Amino acid sequence: MGPFVPNVISDQLNLVLALLIGVAFGFVLEQAGFSSSRRLAGLFYGYDFTVLRVFFTAAGTAMTGILLLGYFGYLDLSAIYVNPTWLWPAIVGGIVMGVGFILGGYCPGTSVAAAAIGKIDAWWFVIGGIVGVLAYGEAYPLIQGFSGTSSLGPVRVYDSIGVSPGFFAFALILVAVIAFAATTWIEQRVNRDAPTKLYDVRLHRIAGFAAVMVGIALAVLPDRKTALLAEVSSPAYQASNAVPEMDADELAFLLVDQDPELRIYDLRGEKDYDDLTLPRSIRVSLDDMLGREITPDLARRSVRKVFVAESENEARVAALLASKLGYERASVLKGGFGTIRREYFSEEPLPEPGDQEQAEIRDWKLGARAQLRRQILEAKRKGTARPKKEKKIAGGC
Amino acid sequence: MPDKSASTPSRYMDPYLAGFLLGLVLLATVFLTGRGLGASGAIKDAAVAATDLVAPRHAQTAPFFRPYFEPGKEHPLKSWLVFEVAGVLIGGFLSGLLSNRLKVTTESGPRVAAPQRWIFALLGGALFGIGAQLARGCTSGAALSGMAVLSTAGFVTMLAIFGSGFAFAYFARRLWL
Repeated sequence: MGPFVPNVISDQLNLVLALLIGVAFGFVLEQAGFSSSRRLAGLFYGYDFTVLRVFFTAAGTAMTGILLLGYFGYLDLSAIYVNPTWLWPAIVGGIVMGVGFILGGYCPGTSVAAAAIGKIDAWWFVIGGIVGVLAYGEAYPLIQGFSGTSSLGPVRVYDSIGVSPGFFAFALILVAVIAFAATTWIEQRVNRDAPTKLYDVRLHRIAGFAAVMVGIALAVLPDRKTALLAEVSSPAYQASNAVPEMDADELAFLLVDQDPELRIYDLRGEKDYDDLTLPRSIRVSLDDMLGREITPDLARRSVRKVFVAESENEARVAALLASKLGYERASVLKGGFGTIRREYFSEEPLPEPGDQEQAEIRDWKLGARAQLRRQILEAKRKGTARPKKEKKIAGGC
Repeated sequence: MPDKSASTPSRYMDPYLAGFLLGLVLLATVFLTGRGLGASGAIKDAAVAATDLVAPRHAQTAPFFRPYFEPGKEHPLKSWLVFEVAGVLIGGFLSGLLSNRLKVTTESGPRVAAPQRWIFALLGGALFGIGAQLARGCTSGAALSGMAVLSTAGFVTMLAIFGSGFAFAYFARRLWL
């Protein structure tokens, strides 16, 4: 599951990858005609809409691909870098950049592509960029305050608006396709030699139609998490997919035994988990299970995975989800967390034994209570065995 | 029909095909590395490195540059975006070579002489350098990559850049028309 930085791709390899990605980026920018300032500026005068077409097609393609990879579970959408929003600085910065665009005829990426093929004005633009950063750097103490205002964090646009990601994607694709058609109409009236007159109209119509169809699919597809959870939560699915159950005594026995091939996944809330942290347990949520952070833990095949939750059914849903995701040996604590808490982690007196066998069981339980308490205290002393927080992906400009 | 002899530049790629390919490059970037494309960040790194070269003490004390020189930080030029932008230079060059567009020249509007064009390019670049710091990215890093991951910042920045470009186009018409 992507992304592969930093767990699979090392920092060094990532730099090599950056160079290769840059080569592809620069090649496409130049092929698109973004190495020409007159073409870029043409957007703002209605004589050439190349920028609009390339830019929105690229954004739509990447957005659609990211949503689909996420939907099919190939990309962990919670792990990718989402540039945080500083609302007013973004607006003011964007306005300043827009003026820079119309005066300079480039943006930073396109200026580098243009500089590469010998455009002297593009080199001046690049030098200007460095000068601008230096000027900003010197004025930073004055601007710092404003620069940090209206920080909203890494918010997603569909949350800002209040629609589903799929619906937003659909709307964006629809608007883009309409804008492409409208601007072609304008361009052919403003510019007699409009490049659009050379396009393959039929092919473009098919592509536009296909894009809208994909958009509709995005709008109606539930996201992967919702779909998976709905499936494993349905009684029919649960009836036909039995999950091995483990009762509190067996679990306690394995814990006392310190079985190394045991892992407990605790679905309770953070506070409950902190109040009583079972040995060999980590706290997970259903969301975590769809992410990649927990993947190496869940993927250990020989390990017996016991899902525990306040209610047995909640644990069952998680265990079914784990099996559905291809993780093996998932089982569920029978009777919910209450059973093991009552039997092994309370001061509640155990019932008086009726015969010799019951007395032995009672003695074992009392021993187990003490033993488990010691294990928990020990773990607390060493610092609780929380899953390590992984390195955040850096990004942005 | 365009002349197809070796010395004339080839036609540009169909913009939708180019956009689709650019989208695939961006998608591959996000899929592999978890981050998007960028450009202004590399310019910032270059500016920081230049400051460090010319005035190391200033670079290490000024609040804007200081974070680059905290212990454990790599050299500002050893950054992902610097390598990526170096790739853009190579990729742009290869494309120009392939399509017969390598030519040392200044491109400007019909009524603008080269030196005037250079001044406005410098000015435009400087405004981009400033604006990209406020918006935490430029057209590639904030707008395009931001839109691909559906970040609010991406859409806000994109609307502000293009909106402002259209709003001010009238005043700059002498440069291009």
